[in-house]
This record gives sequence, C-alpha cells and structure tokens, in this order.
Amino acid sequence: MSAATLDPPRPAPRSALLAPAPKRVAGEAKIWLTSVGLALGLLMVAGLLWIIIDHGVRVFWPRRVVQMQLKSDSPFEFQGRKIIAGSIVRHAEKIALDAAAIAAAQARGRRPKEWQIYVGNKDAWGQNFIFVDDDAVEAITRPADLLAIERIEYGQAIGEPVALQPKDGAAIAAGDPAFAPKLAALVREVNARRKEIEHLEKDEIGDINAQMERIKLDQKKIGDSAPRRVAALDAIVKTLQGQYEVLARTAGELRAAQGGWTLAYRLPGGEERTMPLGQIVSYYFPNRLTLFQRAGWFARNLRVFLTEEPREANTEGGIFPAIFGTFVMTLLMSLAVMPFGVLAAIYLREYARQGFFVRAVRIAVNNLAGVPSIVFGVFGLGFFVYVVGGAIDSTFYSVHLPNPTFGTGGILWAAATLALMTVPVVIVATEEAISAVPRGMREASLACGASKWQTIQNIILPSSIPGILTGLILAMARGAGEVAPLMLVGVVKLAPSLPLDTVAPFIHLDRKFMHLGFHIYDLGFQSPDSEAAKPMVYATTLLLISLVIVLNLAAIVVRERLRQKYKTGAF
Amino acid sequence: MPPAVPRTNVPAMRQTLPQNESAREGDSAANSRYIHIRDFSFFYGPKQALHNVDLEIPEKRVTAFIGPSGCGKSTLLRSLNRMNDLVDHVRHTGDIVVNGSSIFHPDIEVIGLRKRIGMVFQKSNPFPKSVYENVIYSLRVAGQNDRRTLDETAEHALRASALWDEVKDRLQESALGLSGGQQQRLCIARAIANNPEILLMDEPCSALDPIATGRVEELIHRLKENYTIVIVTHNMQQAGRCSDHTAFFYLGKLIEYARTEQIFTNPRQKQTEDYITGRFG
Repeated sequence: MSAATLDPPRPAPRSALLAPAPKRVAGEAKIWLTSVGLALGLLMVAGLLWIIIDHGVRVFWPRRVVQMQLKSDSPFEFQGRKIIAGSIVRHAEKIALDAAAIAAAQARGRRPKEWQIYVGNKDAWGQNFIFVDDDAVEAITRPADLLAIERIEYGQAIGEPVALQPKDGAAIAAGDPAFAPKLAALVREVNARRKEIEHLEKDEIGDINAQMERIKLDQKKIGDSAPRRVAALDAIVKTLQGQYEVLARTAGELRAAQGGWTLAYRLPGGEERTMPLGQIVSYYFPNRLTLFQRAGWFARNLRVFLTEEPREANTEGGIFPAIFGTFVMTLLMSLAVMPFGVLAAIYLREYARQGFFVRAVRIAVNNLAGVPSIVFGVFGLGFFVYVVGGAIDSTFYSVHLPNPTFGTGGILWAAATLALMTVPVVIVATEEAISAVPRGMREASLACGASKWQTIQNIILPSSIPGILTGLILAMARGAGEVAPLMLVGVVKLAPSLPLDTVAPFIHLDRKFMHLGFHIYDLGFQSPDSEAAKPMVYATTLLLISLVIVLNLAAIVVRERLRQKYKTGAF
Repeated sequence: MPPAVPRTNVPAMRQTLPQNESAREGDSAANSRYIHIRDFSFFYGPKQALHNVDLEIPEKRVTAFIGPSGCGKSTLLRSLNRMNDLVDHVRHTGDIVVNGSSIFHPDIEVIGLRKRIGMVFQKSNPFPKSVYENVIYSLRVAGQNDRRTLDETAEHALRASALWDEVKDRLQESALGLSGGQQQRLCIARAIANNPEILLMDEPCSALDPIATGRVEELIHRLKENYTIVIVTHNMQQAGRCSDHTAFFYLGKLIEYARTEQIFTNPRQKQTEDYITGRFG
C-alpha cells in the first residue's frame, strides 16, 4: 500500500470556497419545465372543476326576478311590449354585432353589453330566453308581487297573481288576505292528488297490466290444447279488466279534480292568463324571499334533483333514475369484472408457463385497454345482445317472441360490455399486486406443506387485495363515466321503470336504464331547448364527478385499511 | 428397530415414506445415515451450483453447513425439501435419500415431503395473520379444524420455541407486531407445529441481534432432542456453539465434513482452516 493513498484530501483553495455559486446549475431548466407541466395540468383541472361546481351549485339557488322598463325611444321591444320580467342569466358583451355596430363600438371605445333574460311563460311567448341590449334598458326594478310558478309543462310562468277562481263560486282576489293561505293549501292538495294519480296509473294499473300480460302469454303457451283452461284464464282477464276500469275511472275523476280551481295571473306588461291549479308544482315570490328562505328553496331544489324523476324532456325535475341506473350498472359491472379479471391474472401469473405465448397474451390484454370504447359497444351489441340474448330468448322466453326480452339492450348487457372493456385494468393491477407479494411469504407457506392453490388462497390473495382494489377503482371510474358503448347496449333517454322494483322477480336485468353520462349528452346536445337544459347539464356533470370521487374515496379508504392489515413485516 | 411412534398430525407422510418409520426415541438408536445425499449435483440453467456432493446426516443431531457466499450450502439445504422446485430452469443429478426413500422418487408427494421437513428462513416471514393462525397454518392447510387439537398444537409449538410466555396473551394479535427475534421464533414454532422429522434452518439468526440469536441457539439446542436439524450459517461461532457436525463447502464442492470439534480444532483441509480462521470468505 503506497503512502500516497493515505494522504488526507487536500482542502480546496479558499478562493474556490468563497466564490459565489453559479446562477444556473446544469439541468435546472428541466426541473422548471416539469413544474410548469404540473402547474398547467393542475390549472386545467382546477378550472374545469371550478366551472362545473360554480354552475352546478348555482342551479339550485332560487334567482331573483327583475322587471325591465325599456326605453320608449329604443327600437327594441319584446312581442310588442316595453316591459319584460325574468331572471338574469348573464350580463356580458354582445356577441352578435353587425358592421355598423362594430364601427360604433370602436368609435366609443367599448363594446356594447347585453342581458340574457329567462322570461319563462313559454306557452305565451314561444321562447324562454331573450337578449336585451344594455342601451335599450331604461330602469330595472324588483317588484315584490312577481310570482314564479313551476309548472309540469312549459317551464316557469312569471307574472303577477290576480285571482283564484273556483269552478263555480266567487273568486278570491290576490289582494284578499285569504289568497295566500288558500293558494298554498290548494297547491299542496293538487300535488298530493298528482302523486295519487301517479300511484294509481303506474303501480296499480301497471300491476294489472303485468298480470294480464302474463295471462296472455300463458294462453299463448297453452294454445288450443286445453280450451277449458283458456276459458278460465279469460275469466280472470275479465275480472282484471273490471278492476282496471274501476281504477281508470278513479284516476280520471282525480284528473278532473285537478282542474277544479284556476289561477289568473297577469303577464309582465299586459294581458291576463289563467292556468288550472293542477299544472302547478310549486311557486314562490322570488323578490320576497329572505336569505333563509332562499337556502330552504336551495335544499328543496337539491332534494328534488336527487330524488325525483325527470319531467319535460329531462330538462326539469330530478335525475334519480339516472343516478340509480349508473349505480346499479357500475355495481353489476364490478361484480362481473372482479372474479373474471382476478382469476385470469392468477392463471397468467401463477400457473401459465412463462414464455412466448403468455407474453403475447399479456400484450394483447394491455392493448385491449386501448381499444376505443365504441368498439366494445358494437361487440356487446353483436355478441351479448344478439347472440347470447337471442339464445336466452329462444330458450327461455320463446312465448314472448317476437318481442325480445334479453335479445335487446339492457342493464345486464351494458354491465357485461363495460366489464369486458375494463377487465384489462383489473388483470394488470392484479398481476402487479400478486407479483409484489414477497417471495419469502410464498416459500414459507409452501414449506408448511400448503399446496399452490392453498398458498394463493390463504397468503397471496389476501396480501394483494389492496392492489386488486386499486385496479377495481380504476375500472369503476372508467366504467361509470363511459357513455359511447352504452348507447348501443341499453341506455335510454327515459326509462319507464327502474332495474330494481317491487314487482317479482324484483331484479330486472333485462330492463333498459338511464345513465348520468348519457343524460349529460342527451340534455346538452339532444334537447329541444338546449339553453333551458344547460343548468341541468352542469348539475348532472357535477353529480357524476362527485359520484366518481365518492367511489374512489371509498375504495381508497378500504384499501388503506387493508394495507394496514396486510402490510408485510418490516425488517 | 423400535416400533414406530404414532404421529397424529401428518397422515399423508406415512403413505409417501412407508419404510423405516424412524427410530425417534433413545439416542443410542439414532440413525447415522438419516439423510443420505448421494453424488448430488445441481444446476441453475447452465451454471453448476453443486458438484457431486456426498453427505450423510445423522438423526437428532445438529448439522451445520458453512462456507463463503455462493458456495452452494443454501442450494443444498433447499434441495432437501425440494424448495428448489419453485425455481425455473433447474435440474439435478444424483439422489437424496431421507430415512430410506428418495425424495425425488415419482411416488413422493412434494406436499407430504414438506410436511415432514420443516423450514425456517433467513428473513423471518410470518404471514400477515394473527400469531395463533401463523402457528397452526400447516394444520389448517392440512384440513385440521378441530379446535382442541389446534389449541394444543399452538401451545405446544410456542412452548417448544420458547415464545409461549411472551405471546400467550396476544395470540389473536397480528404477528407483524412482534419484534424481529420473536418473529423468527414464531417462524420456528410454525415449522415445528407440523411435527416434522427434520428442521432446515437457512441462516436463521443473520438478521437478529446477539440476544435474540442467543435465544434461538438455545432453542436449537433443545430442539435437537426431537428433531434432526440442518442449519446453514455464516457465523463460525454459531456453528461451533450449536452444531454436532459441520460440513464446509467451497465453490459448490463439499470440502470437509466431520465432527464440529474436529473441524474447528484440527481441520484436515487447508481451505477449511483458512476459512474458519478468517483468512478468506
């Protein structure tokens, strides 16, 4: 050993130690780039979330109604009147400008603004929204007497109440102190009656229809072989028919009662109109509400949105069937994809002989994750619906033919299609989780005399559950948000009934269903009045995102708990 | 030959290794060729890890395998319970005979074999289950569900591995909460719960502190009354302290095999002497 190597390292020269650090360190630019990349990504996500949350929450907040007096010298008027009332949607720079207006705007140095107003009363005016130039407005007031009425058709009516008119008898004028309590009581009454009608028509008459349908199928099955049984069934049909007629008559009477009272109201700037009280869902005086009352309306609107069925081409009412459909479909999909993916991954990782073939399969599985989802939709339609569903129909439901039961899109096939689409995610995640189980654990189990399957079952699978759940979360998030394939295999704009209900056999996997993602598409782009549907689009989007976040959070909590439980010995 | 001792927990074993059920009581009857390794060579792909090893391991004794890293001692140990079956692209020549039967015989069921030959690993590897479930794991996978048998076996194994007093109040708690030394003793308890004939230990103390090591060595000393123990160790003192016989391996070859006192005081081979005196390895 030479002495030189034992020399202590010479201290650096003083000057070098004191020299200022170079301003640019090699590679710093790239660090900066990565942080910019992250910042841009975060900004976009935050912006998207902000827009959705802002618009989505605002939908439920009851808006004030303003009355605008238009300038008499302005050429602008709305259907021959100079007074308009409605809630403000937007106040922004004018979008549509002609050449002269642009020149004028340039001369003045600012672009003119305009109001977008929701005027309601679509039955009277044929449109819900109007644009008013800023320049045409003389004064804006908030009359306390303006009433906003939510109706079962034509959106809101906005006007001043005039009187309540019974079918025969004296009207109650709006100025009468008895007016307000009477209106409240009557609206409660018509809403209760509407529920009753719905119950009669949907549940009871629906029940009778289902029974009659079943009997008709029985008769078809029996054919001419047993005329006495056919006759007996005919008799049952006759009693059912009688029951039906009674129910239908009751419903008709209730319906007629809905028109018992009418409300007269005056449109802003002129004529009087009437509507039967049966039309009213709810009403409020927007400019009389206190903050607390508005919060109450907010809660009520939210509740309606979450728990009720849609009305008016889905632009009003709630979206409960879509929430329920999405939930049930995602659940079914998870039930299908979990065992399928996990078993496939176990075989691939534990039993298959690693070689060219397994590698090829693995590559194919990974590529499957990149196939456009609509392709899965087409496959689902061709295979699940027509081939499998057709076979089920001809075997078990041949009496129903030519009406398909499973041979048409339904929630089962939608779940199966999405399961197929997301199975690669689960396979890849499970394989990774399995291969991350420490080798020592495997050997210990085998050394105890456990068979390979016992080792997988007792040691490997429990330890890899957190990883498998991660895969399931990803699969669920993708499945819950997917729309394109569903349009081919069973999603509809409006489903008459839910996939679970009280009619035997309770779970109806053959039924078509509603889905939040499709609902967004349908509202935003297929709706006759897309402007009126816009708030619902935001609210539905917010809900879908929240649903996915809740699903993810729940799975993350479960995963962390399991991870604590199964964390491998650290040492 | 004394009559076979009835063995309750492992019925499969009797079918697989019928003859020579064993001479388990009485030191005098101990079989000096209990494990007979005959001309055994082992290959990882093209690489030969063991060269024609011939070795006879006596019953109810502690036999230590020593040697520098990569000398093949662990490979040989893992061949004894066919743990090397799990590795791809391996093959062997020669034979290993345990108690009169070849462990590579086609009629031998490897699961039954592993029940007879327990193993303790270098890194303690308790399952992420309760202490109790860890100990009785081998019984569970053998289909034993009788609560009393399980309880008795658990207590017996934990007492035998000198862990009972420390864990008797926390049997249902996770085994991962035990200390490193306790975990390793738990692994030993798990191995002996199955009532094996042979206990293989692959550097059982390499990750333990001196106190824990002392307890495990004490345990080995007590266990040899009932079990044939083969231990791989890097620690010369340990081999000297707790083994009866020592085999020295170097580069896949068995260099010397003798009584431990002889290896450590008067080795016949120069390489052995160099190794145990610390000149290399």
